[in-house]
Amino acid sequence: MAEPVKLIGTFGSPFVHRAEVALRLKGVPYELILEDLTNKSELLLRHNPIHKSVPVLLHGDRPAICESLLIVEYIDEAFDGPPLLPIDPYDRAMARFWAQFIEQKCAKPFWMALWLNDGDKREVFVKEAKENMALLESRLHGKRFFAGDTVGYLDFAACGLALVLGVLAEVTGLSLVGEDEFPLLRRWADDYTSEETVKACLPPREQLVAHFSGKKDRIKLAVNAMACQM
Amino acid sequence: MAREGDLKLLGLVVSPFVVRVRMALSMKGVSYEYIEQDVFNKSELLIRYNPVHKKVPVLIHHGKPICESLAIVEYVDEVWGGGAPPSILPADPYERATARFWATYVDDKLFPAWIGVMKAATEEEKAEKVSQTLAVLLHLEEAFAKCSNGKAFFGGDSVGYLDLALGCNLFWFETLREMFDVELIDEGRTPLLASWAQRFGEAAAVKDLVPNVDKAVEHAKKMRRVFVH
Repeated sequence: MAEPVKLIGTFGSPFVHRAEVALRLKGVPYELILEDLTNKSELLLRHNPIHKSVPVLLHGDRPAICESLLIVEYIDEAFDGPPLLPIDPYDRAMARFWAQFIEQKCAKPFWMALWLNDGDKREVFVKEAKENMALLESRLHGKRFFAGDTVGYLDFAACGLALVLGVLAEVTGLSLVGEDEFPLLRRWADDYTSEETVKACLPPREQLVAHFSGKKDRIKLAVNAMACQM
Repeated sequence: MAREGDLKLLGLVVSPFVVRVRMALSMKGVSYEYIEQDVFNKSELLIRYNPVHKKVPVLIHHGKPICESLAIVEYVDEVWGGGAPPSILPADPYERATARFWATYVDDKLFPAWIGVMKAATEEEKAEKVSQTLAVLLHLEEAFAKCSNGKAFFGGDSVGYLDLALGCNLFWFETLREMFDVELIDEGRTPLLASWAQRFGEAAAVKDLVPNVDKAVEHAKKMRRVFVH
């Protein structure tokens, strides 16, 4: 009998989404445990004492696996089913490289650009975000998804971008990307969020909009406080 | 086994990330052309093969570049896997995830902390960075206890992925001891890491690839002239 799989997550997190979509593509049943990150449970703190963040994967009796991209790789290796990472070693290295790039160079500038009050500081981050988006745009030439014809590891890695371009643009009223900019990325964001398995584990757009709208002031406070220390 | 013409490595002798890759290639018995880079005056070759980050190491295999040292180590393990050469990553998916987690932790938390010691402008800043480094090393001490399972290395009986990820930083700890009289891994605070470091330094697989501390000191002085104001 298969060992139970539990995923500790939080509503609306693109990092948690990566793990969920990976489990679904492999056909692995799992229990989703939602955390309130302003009031972290003992379960979360016990299983991720280093980073205290979600997602956390619990597979049977094994100690927890943390860090969303590592969880995706684990799911790919531990369970049968369609491969999530490319088969060819060079393509795998490329996927890992670009996933790292997204983690290190894309997440922060966009997040800062969306929530900063100071227009000048925001412009600096927008410029950086756009330079990096141009590099990602070039990865989509001739392809429907970053992984090819079907979604894979690099699409999951980029899922936060889909959130930024869609839901968060609506919540903040800030369209950081012009209608004629990055057509491939904008088309990818639509294709990704409408893909069958992805859609099944994404909350409906209205719910995400309501969720982030509700947190808006808190996020702005935290981001602007962080900016002062930079 | 790759012919020399097929495989090139763009590197810097004192970069722990480059040393890590060289150790992986050595474990596989793979030969390659090594091309030293001047990171203060980047070559056209480096910019062409790593346009995104313009950093070393870059492995060029059949003319195609692979960047980011941990991705390179995994690539090397996969391409020269199976059969005689030892496996760098563990076989079990859970152990692989754990090794990757701590390797990422080394790069994300340990490296910025010790580099901060090297680049510190004031005594106060240096003390803070030393303190951060020691805190991170305490977590790695616990990691060693769990991963090694009583054996000699993070990888078990022989050097593995996480040994390389952490071990490539050791010569820099010696360098910082020489330059600033700071002891980062010591028997009192982190006894498991201290004895592991000794064993790693003596391991045949990696021994000859550790650069001379003098070279690292020279590089550190140059970095401080450029970056510290």
